[in-house]
Amino acid sequence: MDKKVVVIGGGVAGMQTALTLSELGHQPVIVEKESVMGGKLCRWHKLFPTFTPASEVLEGLRQRVTEAGIEVLTGRTVDRITDTGVALADGTNLACDATAVCTGFDIFDATIKEEYGYGIYDNVYTTVDLEDMFNRGEIRMANGELPRRVAFLHCVGSRDEKVNQRHCSRVCCITGVKQAIEVKRMIPGVEVFNFYMDIRMFGPGYEEMYREAQYEYNIQFIRGRISEASQTMDHRVRIKAEDTLVGRPLQMTVDMLVLIVGMRAGSSNARFASSCPGVDLYASGFVRPMDQFRHNVCSGSERVFYAGTVSAPKNIGESINEGIAAAHRISQYLNR
Amino acid sequence: MKRNSWQEYQKHVADDRYYYARSCIRQNFFPGSEAAFLNIMRNDLGRDVHEDANHTSCTGIGYHSDIVPLETIMTVVARQFALMTEAGYENFISSCITSFGIYNEILATWAEFPETEERTREYLYKATGREFNKPRHIAHTSDVVFHHREAIRARAARLLVNAATGEPLRVVEHIGCHYAKIFPKSGIGGAEFPYVLAGMIESWGGEVVDYPERRHCCGFGFRNYLVQANRGYSVANSQRKLASMAPYKPDFIVANCPGCAMFLDRWQYTIAEMEGTTYGADGRGIPVLTYEEMAGLVLGYDPWELGMQMHQVDVEPLLDKMGVKYDPSAKYLGKNGKYIGQPAEALVNSGCSGATIL
Repeated sequence: MDKKVVVIGGGVAGMQTALTLSELGHQPVIVEKESVMGGKLCRWHKLFPTFTPASEVLEGLRQRVTEAGIEVLTGRTVDRITDTGVALADGTNLACDATAVCTGFDIFDATIKEEYGYGIYDNVYTTVDLEDMFNRGEIRMANGELPRRVAFLHCVGSRDEKVNQRHCSRVCCITGVKQAIEVKRMIPGVEVFNFYMDIRMFGPGYEEMYREAQYEYNIQFIRGRISEASQTMDHRVRIKAEDTLVGRPLQMTVDMLVLIVGMRAGSSNARFASSCPGVDLYASGFVRPMDQFRHNVCSGSERVFYAGTVSAPKNIGESINEGIAAAHRISQYLNR
Repeated sequence: MKRNSWQEYQKHVADDRYYYARSCIRQNFFPGSEAAFLNIMRNDLGRDVHEDANHTSCTGIGYHSDIVPLETIMTVVARQFALMTEAGYENFISSCITSFGIYNEILATWAEFPETEERTREYLYKATGREFNKPRHIAHTSDVVFHHREAIRARAARLLVNAATGEPLRVVEHIGCHYAKIFPKSGIGGAEFPYVLAGMIESWGGEVVDYPERRHCCGFGFRNYLVQANRGYSVANSQRKLASMAPYKPDFIVANCPGCAMFLDRWQYTIAEMEGTTYGADGRGIPVLTYEEMAGLVLGYDPWELGMQMHQVDVEPLLDKMGVKYDPSAKYLGKNGKYIGQPAEALVNSGCSGATIL
């Protein structure tokens, strides 16, 4: 017992992995590149489908990590995984008996989809920007006015061969539904349109939320991709799309266009794969587990394990569950 | 507009020694533009541009109309490259956007399917006895002018500014669809925010106007005008663009495609005659320039030498705004001083109160 495990990444999966390892009697060390733990959840306001404040989940995990006395190194980046531990970017080597890679995902850079004008037009935003607005308690256009008409576009950087992101990011559909409802709640009378190619409601309560969005909130779901966005004279956003259910092109002007950005593989994955035999990647760049059915949290290296969205897009609950599973597999390995 | 992305889509444009392929239609549409390009490149900038009387149409219009088969157009293009090779040049430049798209498409096809290149070499050799090297660099002539824009600015006789107010002229830039929409990386600035014309405008003191239908096709679209019954689509596309840009009060439009400049200009006449609508200031049409004409005005060329008397929408209001000196009585005199005839009065140039001013 009391074996040392380096947990790379202090998001929800990393924190849960460390907590379970600690409960099992091991000595986890979390290495987090940011100054605080929490990963992408730090910028999130509320969670689907329950509208639970993200801070509740986050603070609960952080508090438990503190109470468990788990060592946390913030502001430190892991450069590579070695035979004996991990090497940090500052040259420090952390020796350990096993490594848990919990580095999560990167948010798709919406500027790559140039046709939508993110970063160019004033009122084109991403779901991440919108969460920032939710956290500030107000949704405003660039000129400070309240939007009266908002369009969401699903699958920006997901299922898109043109930008080499063929995978489905899974949670974006429900994120778009959740945010559309939040916009409706915050701005009475606002019109909201969600443009989608498929709606994939895989989790418990998701389909119900999708129907609620339509029946209770009168959110319009239009099956069709937006082909391009442009800026009008008053800095609103003109969008062109095709409603594929009625087979007609459409054009409308909205006050805000929100791009529902997908999850892309973490930029550190390739670095780890090149430095550590057994760490293998899918074509998407996410890490490939040893086996998708029985060894989801294991790598090809007996001392390297995975948890959370480092291997594929997942929601918060799934990421936390994987943290628990990974910790138990690590413990089995350490106690063998 | 915050244009940043164009910097990610730069391409190498050769600095000198160009093999020049003319357009098969521009000399009818805007007959002074190609001559202006040659004058600017050779006389103003001192560059070597090789013109070849033996080259032909690329047959792109026939290809896009399903008249010319792929194997045929590949062989025609191979012949153009053979002429370039025989002349001792490596930098192929095309005056036409359709041709530019064709050259890029065929080079990409050869790269992707090498057996098609081998077959084409065989066809060309059997038909003509010629062989060819592929160009080292391929560019549209607007790329070349973009490449030399600062040298042109350094020689400028005037800038794109209102001579009376000193304010930058407001310019709509229209990019031919086949410039970068087929292969975004073949165009400066890419497909969504192309910079090739915007860069010239900004370098020469003008202000680029962005408007909602900026990316929309002008309506040239081969089948739209080749098939008479479809010409309503062509007019409708131009009308959509013109209506979208009108509220921004542009001083002129500049285009880099033979068809775009042609139809954005001529359809303004048609729309004015059909429904009494004009889109420019004072009830007139919006002048439409080629980039060579724009460069020529900046360099101080005479507008009639540039062929601007052949426009449907009169350019005099723009020339006056820029402070360009010109001889009104010489407008319809040909190169030999002979009167070439004058078009009838048209609503698009009248500025009369009968027109609907948008």
